[in-house]
Amino acid sequence: MTFSSFMTRKEAFGFLVLAAVIFLVLPLALDAFRLNLFGKYLTYAFVAVGLALFWGMGGILSLGQGVFFGLGGYCMAMFLKLEASTPENTAIQSTPGIPDFMDWNQITALPAWWEPFNSFAFALFAVVAVPVALAFVIGLAMFTRRVGGVYFAIITQAIAAILTILIIGQQGFTGGVNGITDLRTLMGWDIRSEAAKTTLYFVNGALLFAVLMVAHYIRKSKLGRLLRAMRDQPDRVRFSGYNVASFKIFIFCVGAAFAGIGGAMFTLQVGFMSPTLVGIVPSIEMVIFCAVGGRLSIIGAVYGALLVNWAKSTLSESYPELWLFGLGALFIAVVMAFPNGLAGIWSERIEPQILRLFNRSKDDKTAPKRAPAE
Amino acid sequence: MFSDYSWADLGAIFAMQGFAGLTLFAVFVLMALGLAIIFGQMGVINLAHGEFMILGAYVTYLVSTFFAEYMPALFSLYFFVAMFLAFLASGALGLLVEWALIRHLYKRPLDTLLATWGLSLILQQTYRSVFGAREVGVSLPDWMMGSLPLTDLIEVPINGIFVMILAIGISTAVYVMLFRSNWGRQVRAINQNRDMASAVGINAEWTDRLTFGIGCGVAGVAGSAFTMIGSTGPTSGQLYIVDTFLIVVFGGTASILGTIASAFSISQAQSIMEFFLSGSMAKVLTLLVVVGILMLRPQGLFSMKLRK
Repeated sequence: MTFSSFMTRKEAFGFLVLAAVIFLVLPLALDAFRLNLFGKYLTYAFVAVGLALFWGMGGILSLGQGVFFGLGGYCMAMFLKLEASTPENTAIQSTPGIPDFMDWNQITALPAWWEPFNSFAFALFAVVAVPVALAFVIGLAMFTRRVGGVYFAIITQAIAAILTILIIGQQGFTGGVNGITDLRTLMGWDIRSEAAKTTLYFVNGALLFAVLMVAHYIRKSKLGRLLRAMRDQPDRVRFSGYNVASFKIFIFCVGAAFAGIGGAMFTLQVGFMSPTLVGIVPSIEMVIFCAVGGRLSIIGAVYGALLVNWAKSTLSESYPELWLFGLGALFIAVVMAFPNGLAGIWSERIEPQILRLFNRSKDDKTAPKRAPAE
Repeated sequence: MFSDYSWADLGAIFAMQGFAGLTLFAVFVLMALGLAIIFGQMGVINLAHGEFMILGAYVTYLVSTFFAEYMPALFSLYFFVAMFLAFLASGALGLLVEWALIRHLYKRPLDTLLATWGLSLILQQTYRSVFGAREVGVSLPDWMMGSLPLTDLIEVPINGIFVMILAIGISTAVYVMLFRSNWGRQVRAINQNRDMASAVGINAEWTDRLTFGIGCGVAGVAGSAFTMIGSTGPTSGQLYIVDTFLIVVFGGTASILGTIASAFSISQAQSIMEFFLSGSMAKVLTLLVVVGILMLRPQGLFSMKLRK
């Protein structure tokens, strides 16, 4: 694949603008505290990009992305917690050397399934592997039986509910409702300092771009065209000899991997992981990030995640009651009035205007109508 | 886990937990019935269904306060008035929502899901602004308090029996309406073939609206029943939405009998396991089994053969 077939000039411009926003504008415009917040929003953008792939292109709506986000986050948090729980740090516990919440719950030895998380390599592997494995099982069970649409959405939502109840119920092994807190260092590097959080912001941005490139490659490849065809005419694709289920499973697993990476970066950036990021409510909010940005556009998904979360922080700081009204209205508005989100507004309204301005001198005709950006 | 108990104890435990589960069953059935009508007949996912239920619960709370304040003599009867008003209030809101929101989205089921979630957030915040964030409870009339002793070990709470009877009554009513009434025939005709139904003179638009309203109204009645077993808060409805959706899907959509059977099995399994395990693990196990079965048998327990 040559560069020009991989990316048109217009698409490259879109990525460059996003890169400028993430790596130049935001770091220059914000203080360290706000930048750390935006680092957190960037981790949600990983999930939104995954959603743009399999919801926007594949037509599969998952209301359980928090599950994969949470699993990735917990894998990372378990490693960090074990690193923080050295015998010296936990000397006051009745059993030194195990995480503090285990000690509070009268557990005297590290459970066997925690042991592998002593290794950073294993933790990194698990961040991607655990969400992908779960997504594979769900996808295999559902897509091979041709379950899709609202049924799939409901089942994934139920899985989010189950995992939350499980994490909260098994306090001794998972930290319960508080989650895994008081994380300190990553391989000896203190992640709590302001400088570390700023570094993590840039790591997040770089990783997000890697994920965006993978997503863009998938979108441009034959696989991407097949996914779109499956969304609109599943039977025709099936009759052409393609195995629809395996493509859906694959793209669902890719989305889960993105969410897992996002979750792990969230743990690093924010310094804790808790069931409040796993359940039904956060999972469906992640869908709205993608919907606001434009469900067909991966770049839009990033802007959507940043904008919605920024609005949430700003509004809920000053008018806590208004925020839920605003979020509710946003859900309704994005469905009723702007089904293609910000990307749709850009490509249908703003871009033609700009083109018209530039073309006026040469040619007074209006710009041709365009399909929403994909 | 059973070895610590004698057979008589076990029998009593199962019976008591079973009856406790019946109350849960009744609320599940009432909530799921509304969903079964809306989802089964119209294919619309209403994630704000829990909030429609809570509206009924708040109406019941208001009516009980009103009766206690102004008509204490008639307090024992307030529940019947409250039930009726709850049906009207939730039903009216349902009609309004269908007109403003749902009817534009019949072709886009996934978007309905998001829009109704937005609606549920708005309703929750409205309840919080109007009734406050604290949970409210109603006081039961005297005749509903206490319990009937069946044997030395087994006691049955009266309000549980009452809610049960209510659930059976309303299920029967819904069944009769769907399968015997003119409205039910029209709803099923539209479900099978919308164009043909319109061609023979059925007002599909109005039937849809009415169906949605009735489904929401039944949720309001469920809210009335809910006040007897729990206190009402702005987010109480959200706790039940996953369970009820699973019940409807598990039972097989469009099957009233299936909905009842699955509500019964889920509530009983949960309630009986709750005694032996912690509450959260009982719930996790129940939901896991249901999700597992649904993955293997997506059409649910009872599925009707439909022409697609």
